[in-house]
Amino acid sequence: MRWRFRFLRTPSGAVGVGIVTFVLLVAVFGPYAAPHSTTAPIGAPLAGPSGSALLGTDFLGRDVLSRMLDGGRSVIGLALAATALAYLVGLAIGLVAGYSRSLVDPLLMRSVDVMLAFPPLLFLLVLIAGAGSSVVVLIVGVAVIQAPGISRIVRTATLEVSVRGYVEAAVARGERPFAVIRREVLPNILAPVLVDAGLRFTFSILIIASVNFLGLGLQPPSSDWARMIGENREFISLNSLAVIAPAAMIAILTIGVNLTGDAIARSLGRSYVPRLTRSSAT
Amino acid sequence: MLVFLARRIAGALAALLAASILIFAAVELLPGSPASAVLGRDATPAAVKVLTHRMQLDRPASARYLDWLKRFVHGDLGDSAVALAQGEQHAPIWHLISGPLKNSAILAAISALLMIPLSLGLGALAAVRAGKPTDHAISIGSLVAISLPEFVTGSLLVAIFFVGLHWLPPVAIVPPGADPLGSPKQLILPVTTLLFASLASGIRMVRAGTYEVLQTEFVQTARLNGLAERRVILRYALRNALAPSVQVLAQNLQYLVGGVIVVEAVFAYPGIGSQLVLAVQNRDVTVVQSVAMLIAVVYVTINLVADLTVMLLVPKLREPV
Repeated sequence: MRWRFRFLRTPSGAVGVGIVTFVLLVAVFGPYAAPHSTTAPIGAPLAGPSGSALLGTDFLGRDVLSRMLDGGRSVIGLALAATALAYLVGLAIGLVAGYSRSLVDPLLMRSVDVMLAFPPLLFLLVLIAGAGSSVVVLIVGVAVIQAPGISRIVRTATLEVSVRGYVEAAVARGERPFAVIRREVLPNILAPVLVDAGLRFTFSILIIASVNFLGLGLQPPSSDWARMIGENREFISLNSLAVIAPAAMIAILTIGVNLTGDAIARSLGRSYVPRLTRSSAT
Repeated sequence: MLVFLARRIAGALAALLAASILIFAAVELLPGSPASAVLGRDATPAAVKVLTHRMQLDRPASARYLDWLKRFVHGDLGDSAVALAQGEQHAPIWHLISGPLKNSAILAAISALLMIPLSLGLGALAAVRAGKPTDHAISIGSLVAISLPEFVTGSLLVAIFFVGLHWLPPVAIVPPGADPLGSPKQLILPVTTLLFASLASGIRMVRAGTYEVLQTEFVQTARLNGLAERRVILRYALRNALAPSVQVLAQNLQYLVGGVIVVEAVFAYPGIGSQLVLAVQNRDVTVVQSVAMLIAVVYVTINLVADLTVMLLVPKLREPV
């Protein structure tokens, strides 16, 4: 399976993977390296950088560096959970719809159409207005937004694969549908699904971070990067590092994931168009 | 053509109907009564009872949904639940949002006007220079721009142009009733932020469309006939890239409808997005419902108009598939 690692030899692939690895390391090990408490003030609010606080303090006098080291987990964790849940549902529906060509098909198309009737962020905000904001609402909401699009992509790929000789041979051998899907269909739709998963992951980061920035997601004293930006935004002229540091972390994370996705897509001869546009959502 | 038109409009209406059910259900049928959500944790049972009655929450949900939909179609967006809770007799949502709606439209319109020529020009340039440094630069630049969430782009722009250079104001505050165009300088950063993400996807699509046309036989023939490259690009390539460009435009207009929500919050711009965020914060459920439905209508209409325009531009698509 050479295609799996060929993308690493392109410059954008290597840079992308390097960046993502760095941000992941910060997110996983950062909390242990934090020099100060992430919730208790260590000095005057909005102080500039000093020996004890390398990036200064935030609007409540908390250490920006410690909060930055701590705030990556929620950014990556929430997006991963939402994407995984969306895939669990979307993959199941898409495989069944594509393999059985049953009544699920038209239903699937319509559900995608409905999701395309409003901006994804709007849907999430409506959900939060109704159910209040919690981790569960964020994850399930983002999964609900993405599942129809995923199932449609999986369905198309499954349709293509299920008329191939090896699938027909497996059916002729008398294997059960579940075994055929697992052993013959699933491994062969992996490539398009992988590219799509990269897109979905950045989209999840983008939308969850936006909600957190607006202050409608994770609640204080969360040190989520997006929340840090939102909280310190109006004091940017006092200690701009409290905004710039978390903004830079989110920026390199999303750029890194997209560079990697773009490189993988190129090595597979596919196009990579980030953001949920009409084309990538359907 | 007429059959297509009818089918397409019916489809859009069906999607909107489903969207309205989804919006209504999301707000109304979730755990906890909307009345207690509006009043907050410290509400007395008596106050909840009064508001339940005033919001007519004692009627069955299906009846309230039909009533809400009927009034929405007639242009009546209802009353703000929070204002009712504060004891006001009448608090039409329309009065609350008509000003912000205008402000948002102005912001989106300026961005759209700048976006079209820029994405067409840069996209075509990248296609003509395919594989050369210009193409790579545009391609990497747009990938970076598209990767950033709006609030990150906006915050970094403020850090550079306000904190660093002192050139531009960090917020775009417009007093109620004032014209946002009265102080154009404060619109520069919000518009730039909106352009960042939308331009990138536009450029990528125009590049792909133009590149494809440049490979076709009729363009090769035109070149072999000795036509100047400029003429080939303007007369043949760009003209045939028109249909995909309409879709780019529509997609980006749709993006702008959603994108303004966050960008307005970043710059404290008094538009429909800021209003929506405020309503979600206060759990003003009726405002959220009506604004969400309004945005859905705009969103679906843009989509519909774009599809019909493409249909007019490309006769081949009019035939039934």
